[in-house]
Amino acid sequence: MAKSHKPVVWFPFAAGGTVIAFFIPVIVLLTFMAALGHVPAGLSYEKMHAFAGSGLGKLIIFGVVALSLWSSAHRLRCTFYDFGVRADTLVATILYIAAIAASLLSAAYLLQI
Amino acid sequence: MTQLKQIRVQLEVLRYNPDTDTEAHFQHYDLTCPEEWVVLDALNKVKADIDPTLNFRWSCHMAVCGSCGMMINGEPKLSCHSFVRDYEGTVIRVEPLAHFPIERDLVTAPDDFMEKLKRVKPYIIRKDKKPISEGEYKQTPAQLMKFRQYSMCINCMLCYAACPEYGLTPDFIGPAALTMAHRYNQDSRDCGRAERQEVVATHEGVWECTFVGACSEVCPAHVDPASALQQMKITSSIDWIVEHLIPGGKSAGDTVSREKAGDIK
Amino acid sequence: MSRNPLVRPVPPTSWFFRHPRYLRYMSREITCIFIGAYCVLLVVGLQRLAAGPVAWESFLLGLRSADSIVFHILALAAAVYHAATWFNATHKAMPVQIGEDFVPPNVISGAHYVVWVVLSVAVLFLAGVF
Repeated sequence: MAKSHKPVVWFPFAAGGTVIAFFIPVIVLLTFMAALGHVPAGLSYEKMHAFAGSGLGKLIIFGVVALSLWSSAHRLRCTFYDFGVRADTLVATILYIAAIAASLLSAAYLLQI
Repeated sequence: MTQLKQIRVQLEVLRYNPDTDTEAHFQHYDLTCPEEWVVLDALNKVKADIDPTLNFRWSCHMAVCGSCGMMINGEPKLSCHSFVRDYEGTVIRVEPLAHFPIERDLVTAPDDFMEKLKRVKPYIIRKDKKPISEGEYKQTPAQLMKFRQYSMCINCMLCYAACPEYGLTPDFIGPAALTMAHRYNQDSRDCGRAERQEVVATHEGVWECTFVGACSEVCPAHVDPASALQQMKITSSIDWIVEHLIPGGKSAGDTVSREKAGDIK
Repeated sequence: MSRNPLVRPVPPTSWFFRHPRYLRYMSREITCIFIGAYCVLLVVGLQRLAAGPVAWESFLLGLRSADSIVFHILALAAAVYHAATWFNATHKAMPVQIGEDFVPPNVISGAHYVVWVVLSVAVLFLAGVF
């Protein structure tokens, strides 16, 4: 029995789970306020553009988005198995590729700002 | 002496006779017993007075031996540790431990667990063995506390009956056996983590666990297998990083260098 | 007497109905659906932000639909539930031993909740909510 390479997918899952726990609730709250018509001042185009335009801002946004995407993709993979879908390799391939693609897209958008 | 209060106990017990049955079925038993009794007492009364063909395992009657694990109303429990008064007015459904093959009635086949327990080498492994004349291997109280709770396991297999991942994927090494690996890994006298990683860090090892946490909730000895497995996921991940991403890196569980040293084939 | 063990297979698509704790586990796991979908919304937002002020304003306006409000409520509930389960479990993955004793679990998770609140307030402050 060979040792598993699961840490490759698990470590970013664990990191992403921590990032989600600390940051996603408050980020959802911000866009929820916008959804209710009370757009926070920091969500104006100028403020957001300035934040996403800075190097640190890009890094923070990319880190939060990419790790959260990966963590969700990995957990969804396990959830598929728990719901009885046994095509684990196929499910994993699709979900991980989707997470990587969305992360690359967000990197590309960030670089345009 | 005051008379103990008597209560009516209704048992619904899963029966299976390997010589004649192809399916298991429930059998109803109605009896009166003191409210201080546990489910195991009630089963013993059934066997003594009502139905001598009923089979179940038990030994110590004090939550130490780990023999009398059963599903009681769908919950893995020691039947010597489950008071009938807690179920008063209801039918108590007693089944053999989930996820294990049923040998006969409430008796299950623990072979799979026993084999897996052996595989994790649940004993102290030393690189150097000093003669007895040189005395014992000393340990501080802090070093003892590091693994003490994990050494409380009584091998009752309730955690296997609670773990859905073991039920869905029987190859999974499972909570108690992996926790035993962790118990020895955490022991300051032990040098065997590298050997145990050959089992712990495989797909069937910690990586089959999705941290449901049921194992820790049902453990009658207050061991926390879920924590042991989570900690081993982290150490196994660090091993992986050291082995694969750091040039010349050697982790405690390094397969490559141990193969070269002729340690494993 | 012969050995003829009876194996009762676990139903692969309905096992989680067998016990409330399994439903609790599954509800923790399916938070990832809402959080993942919300991350996709964030990626769309980045695309709109990169496309200029008009696109960004229409993105913000687009959030103001009933569907979006319902989705935000679900995503918020999922994110908070995920956070609670995550913080409550941290002491299992990373116990802290000081001297002989381990730091009590509720101290470790409590510290996480405090940091969580501080970070959230800081983000709200930086976003100009107050």
